[in-house]
Amino acid sequence: MISSSKRSPLTYLVHATVLFLVIIWTIPTAGLFISSIRDKDQLSVSGWWTALSTSEQRIVARAHEPKAQVQEGDLFVIRGNLLEGSAGEITKFGSSSLKPEAFVVGTVADLKKGKTLEVMENGDYVLSSPDEWKGSRGQRIFYTAEVPPRFTLDNYREVLSTEGLGQSFLNSLTVTIPATVIPILVAAFAAYALAWMRFPGRALFVAAVVGLLVVPLQMSLIPLLKSYNVIGEFFGVGSKTYIGIWLAHTGFGLPLAIYLLRNYIAGLPAEIIESARVDGASDFDIFRKIILPLSFPALASFAIFQFLWVWNDLLIAMVFLGNNEEHLVLTGQLRELLGSRGGNWEILTASAFITIIIPLCVFFSLQRYLVRGLLTGSVK
Amino acid sequence: MADVKLTHVKKIYSNKVEVLKDINLDIKQGEFIVFVGPSGCGKSTLLRMISGLEEITAGTLEIDGQVVNNVPPALRGIAMVFQSYALYPHMSVYDNMAFSLQIAKQSKAEVDLQVRKAADLLQLTEYLDRLPKALSGGQRQRVAIGRAIVRRPKVFLFDEPLSNLDAALRVATRMEIASLKESMPDSTMIYVTHDQVEAMTLADRIVLLSAGNIEQVGAPLDLYEHPVNVFVAKFIGSPSMNVVPCKIEKAGEQTSVSICPSIVVNTPIMTDTGEQSKAAFFGIRPENLVVVDTAEEGFLSGEVTFVESLGEATLLYVKVPGCEEAMIAKQAGTLNIKRGDTVHLSALPEKMHLFDDKELSYLR
Repeated sequence: MISSSKRSPLTYLVHATVLFLVIIWTIPTAGLFISSIRDKDQLSVSGWWTALSTSEQRIVARAHEPKAQVQEGDLFVIRGNLLEGSAGEITKFGSSSLKPEAFVVGTVADLKKGKTLEVMENGDYVLSSPDEWKGSRGQRIFYTAEVPPRFTLDNYREVLSTEGLGQSFLNSLTVTIPATVIPILVAAFAAYALAWMRFPGRALFVAAVVGLLVVPLQMSLIPLLKSYNVIGEFFGVGSKTYIGIWLAHTGFGLPLAIYLLRNYIAGLPAEIIESARVDGASDFDIFRKIILPLSFPALASFAIFQFLWVWNDLLIAMVFLGNNEEHLVLTGQLRELLGSRGGNWEILTASAFITIIIPLCVFFSLQRYLVRGLLTGSVK
Repeated sequence: MADVKLTHVKKIYSNKVEVLKDINLDIKQGEFIVFVGPSGCGKSTLLRMISGLEEITAGTLEIDGQVVNNVPPALRGIAMVFQSYALYPHMSVYDNMAFSLQIAKQSKAEVDLQVRKAADLLQLTEYLDRLPKALSGGQRQRVAIGRAIVRRPKVFLFDEPLSNLDAALRVATRMEIASLKESMPDSTMIYVTHDQVEAMTLADRIVLLSAGNIEQVGAPLDLYEHPVNVFVAKFIGSPSMNVVPCKIEKAGEQTSVSICPSIVVNTPIMTDTGEQSKAAFFGIRPENLVVVDTAEEGFLSGEVTFVESLGEATLLYVKVPGCEEAMIAKQAGTLNIKRGDTVHLSALPEKMHLFDDKELSYLR
């Protein structure tokens, strides 16, 4: 008891390493998330790690137009508020772009021709002039403000509606769900046959599947597209449709799926299957009632792999799907945004976060099957 | 009715290994047959061939008068209990037992009736909703037996069903199987084990296999008392029989042999006079060797090289001068004999065994 309660120093090393890895992997995600919910003006001047502190912003504003002027004694005065109700504190101001921080707040700045400008901390300003204000545009005022942190869902609202990400999201789901389910169905049948049914050439089939694992996808992309177009034409199916990408993803996913599932299913205890056979179950009964429920952990772990791979795929989507609105998937949309809105971090971070939400949900809902052994209690 | 008959049955694997050579066996309905033998003797393979899980290479297998060589397992009227229980881990006890009936598309009421009857018989009623992983080893084994019972098979096949249980549970479950057999006198049961205690206690007849051959078939005590050869003599009984080479000094109605190499022993076994002065084997079971006080009363004397006190019995390893291997003598209770002591051993002549130079018994 005493010796077993004493931990080896390696345990601490393991814990420290795990903690380190968790931090390394969590920080970028957290940064992405925080950036995506920050106000876009704050996002453009400071990093996400300063999100909770007040930020200093240099802003240009225009005073009210001259028609808002009021005559007070022999002065013409324009009054207003720079912050217009939003929170913040002004520290410095100026009237020219060359010296935007020329005056401390609360002092009166002398402009040309006897005009003066006074800005208070809360944003109130007073412009006064001995002559009448002329022109149609207001006086420019430069000021530096301490703005408290502001979080908003506006970025999400914007990308989902105006940037077309909502439609892409649906497109991605349309691609991913069938492209995950179809290979699992096919592979489970194949894996059972390759593991438990006796037929000539079985070993060759398994070897072929293993061989297909190492075929690079890029090599087969163009021939596949060409033959698909020919066959599709024969059946009257267009070249860039969802059916095409489902089939392509199924084909590219199958070798790994069959290989993984076959290994798992072959590892199930033979006596359980023999017992079912003695009980009168046919191969299909055995598959449906014994193999499928028992290989759920393997099915789930492959589902995670395949889902993430299809969801994150750009290449196959570019080749097999069109670039129009009803076919563009999330990854494609992100790439487009990167080109057209490359400077708008609030758009990019929000889009990126929407893209990873579904994979995160899939992972967290299925991850317990990765670790849980369903077999406890069947044999000894 | 549910006889099992094997005629010239062989099993040869694709790599030309002959696992079973010419098995002939006639099992009557209601018999409890135990296949016993050392590991690798082919007893499990033979059982799996009867069940239909292994193909029969040559010969015929008849169940109930019909040749079933090519009949799938489910249609042979058999049920099998596996060594590892082979319960379906994702199904409750009830579903495990109901599985075969549901596959056979029996009505729900019928399934329920059969399952509850079997559960009642095996005292599993309160566990019907549990998953196998929530059961103890003995309970899992009972579920496996229950799964066999609900099918109401003609022949029950047990493949080492007790070898995963601990010693106490093994005895208890052995009794349960024995009483199960009594409650179903019409069912034929075939039971594979490597444990001779199970074989002796359960069997109506034991089939002793070795290296793909049947060595002897007979009632347990028949095998114990009249082994047909040295292999059977040594396999049945624990510790195994002392067998030493000998020379037949005088053949005839009563045979005299010399062992170790000059001790002459008279046995009541009859041998042909042609056997005179041939080499042979003399056997005596450890429990039939009795320690006596004087050399005159006994026929063997030697030094004790090792003493094993088991409480209920004491095993003496006695090195007789002239014999290569130590003789084992099993005495009841505890004895005040230490290593290095010299002891004298006697035996009843009718307990002696004599085998010829081909290790076959001279049947009395």
